[in-house]
Amino acid sequence: MSSPAPALLDRRLLFFTGKGGVGKSTVAAAFALLAAEHGKRVLVIEVDAKGNLTDLFEHGPVGFEPTEVHPGVFAMTMNTQDSLQEYLKLNLKVPVLGRIGPVARALDFVASAAPGVKEILTVGKVAWEVREALEGRADWDLVIVDAAATGQIVAQLGAPGAIRELVAVGPVRTQTEWMSELLADPAITALNVVATPEEMPVNETIDLVETVRAELSVPMGAVIVNRVLPELFTHADEEVFDAMREPEAVARLSASVGTGASAVLDGARLAVSLRRTRAVHLARLRTTLDLPMLYVPYLFVRSYGLRVTRMVAEALGEELGL
Amino acid sequence: MTTAPIFEPPSLGPLLAAKEIVVFCGSGGVGKTSVAAASALGAACRLGGKVLVLTIDPAKRLANALGLEGIGNTERRVPDDLLRAVGLEPRGELYAAMLDTKSSWDELILRHAPDDVTAYRILENRLYTNLTSRFVQSHAYIAMERLYEIHATGKYDLIIIDTPPTRNALEFLEAPARMAEFFGGRLLRWLTMPYRMGGKRGARVLNLASRPFYQVADRILGSQFLHDIAEFFLNFQSMYDGFVERAESVERLLHDRRTTFAVVTTLEAAPLREAEIFCQELRNRDFHLGALVLNKTLPEYLRGRDGAQAAARLVADPKPVAEGLTSLGGALTDSVHTARVLRTVGESFENFAVVAKREAELRGDLGHGPEVLIDVPGLEADIHDLGGLAAIGEHLFR
Repeated sequence: MSSPAPALLDRRLLFFTGKGGVGKSTVAAAFALLAAEHGKRVLVIEVDAKGNLTDLFEHGPVGFEPTEVHPGVFAMTMNTQDSLQEYLKLNLKVPVLGRIGPVARALDFVASAAPGVKEILTVGKVAWEVREALEGRADWDLVIVDAAATGQIVAQLGAPGAIRELVAVGPVRTQTEWMSELLADPAITALNVVATPEEMPVNETIDLVETVRAELSVPMGAVIVNRVLPELFTHADEEVFDAMREPEAVARLSASVGTGASAVLDGARLAVSLRRTRAVHLARLRTTLDLPMLYVPYLFVRSYGLRVTRMVAEALGEELGL
Repeated sequence: MTTAPIFEPPSLGPLLAAKEIVVFCGSGGVGKTSVAAASALGAACRLGGKVLVLTIDPAKRLANALGLEGIGNTERRVPDDLLRAVGLEPRGELYAAMLDTKSSWDELILRHAPDDVTAYRILENRLYTNLTSRFVQSHAYIAMERLYEIHATGKYDLIIIDTPPTRNALEFLEAPARMAEFFGGRLLRWLTMPYRMGGKRGARVLNLASRPFYQVADRILGSQFLHDIAEFFLNFQSMYDGFVERAESVERLLHDRRTTFAVVTTLEAAPLREAEIFCQELRNRDFHLGALVLNKTLPEYLRGRDGAQAAARLVADPKPVAEGLTSLGGALTDSVHTARVLRTVGESFENFAVVAKREAELRGDLGHGPEVLIDVPGLEADIHDLGGLAAIGEHLFR
């Protein structure tokens, strides 16, 4: 590829992975919202069957059929059995059709044991939606995948390659070829990692990027650092703060604002030391990886749902210069 | 189950003293591994006996702290000197082990295979390698299997096990049953049938191969792949009896009264919801739910009225407060600067208070959980040494 890869939102397929608990779904939903606000028609696919992605749009659960959950945002939940049925319907001729139910159930059972089958049914459906859009049969400007966690994403995205190694001939092999090409095209696809500035999420992110580069040809997009705590004090501020925590100062503060003064000081000290512990991990992430970093601040809000998704989308929009 | 008197703060102590196996579970990122390790450390120091913690995927620094660097399945004693170095006086012995999925599976195959040739064929099969390393449930199953094996040695008074990250919490509960069902299943026999009959009764093979399943599978996957799979499962089936019996034993052990489950969660909406579902499922399936640990919670003082009042005053009008501090001199001489810092301090408190109240709200919504409900405040530093684990332990054992 000689031309530089397009901006993230101008690609057609964005995967979001990350260690459990870092806010992967929220970030994926926020990207979808951001893209929709910029006039794109977006399909969000939830792969980890937790079924809470649509909560982030304050919409009820959705199934395999794409459903509009917010203006311009359609969502679907991946289900390998449905994916298989759809594949069989599209690829096989009529006589078998009547038996698809039981056959699909049997294959689904085998799929849960045979390596790579579940993964290929997942990635296959995703790639298929993107190809339909590229060829004008579906009108998604962007497909966003709330993908598997860092532990499983390599197996998932590597499925077409793994299956190709195992299956020498046949339609499956042919199909894995176009899937691999689509996944490897930096004009189309990007894999993004969500992390929080904590030890394990940072470790997993660094390891994952290394593994993806070594084992897959899927282009990396950005690292989204979620829940970044604000820097409260400059160095000079901190000297003032330390002086305030001396017993005499605390006594005077209590006299003027009440007995809660020491709790308030403790709260600020907690904020400073949390930030400091995390800064070490953030720095490690930044110096180890040569990927674009997008920062999302820690949100001190009372609720979840669309409002939070919107706040994260705003932060991401600013980071992307939109 | 004994109920702790109402005036005693909740503690894991009685549970850990009464059970032989404690399975820690919860969704990813909630700090399961640290809580499990801290419980084992606490049990060894406070209750005594031989205590083993079996961890799945600890952070490197934590693994090092437990003396587990770079090794697989072997159980290691954590030297008493290391415990004393952080001010702990062990009454018992602490052991630690890490789960190595691949070698655990290999050992299992070697144990159950009818002969060396079959074992070798399976171990060399590329489907086997794929299956054991990629098939997510295989991690879950092998963890439970290892637990059974270690328990059967009778070497430990208490085994504490961390659970592998699964797509959903139920996966590993179902793993033994699914494994038994899989190897004993009609479907597997049906799948491998044409190959078992092959050679002797060719006509029957043709007949079977004309069934829709084979037609479809053949068209999609190609017959060679199908043949590979069948051969693999045929070899595997030779271990059928051993496997099923074992899986059933594992299942029985998990249901045994000597085993309890502790669910770990943070007070965030998504992990908490998963924890609630998990508690519910444990009850539905008749497992013993011993405790719910609320990890990394914010300190209580952030919700106090006094703090809120003080913070509000600092945010609204810090200037006179700052002026009252100037006579202390030093860094506090410049009242404009001091006022700015005071306002920031107040704002920060108000920010964290919002989160602390949200947590309290979620905690209040917790329905009828297990009787032991424990708060572990978020510690400011990472937990990467025995000292950090001991600090968590202070909250687990009160």
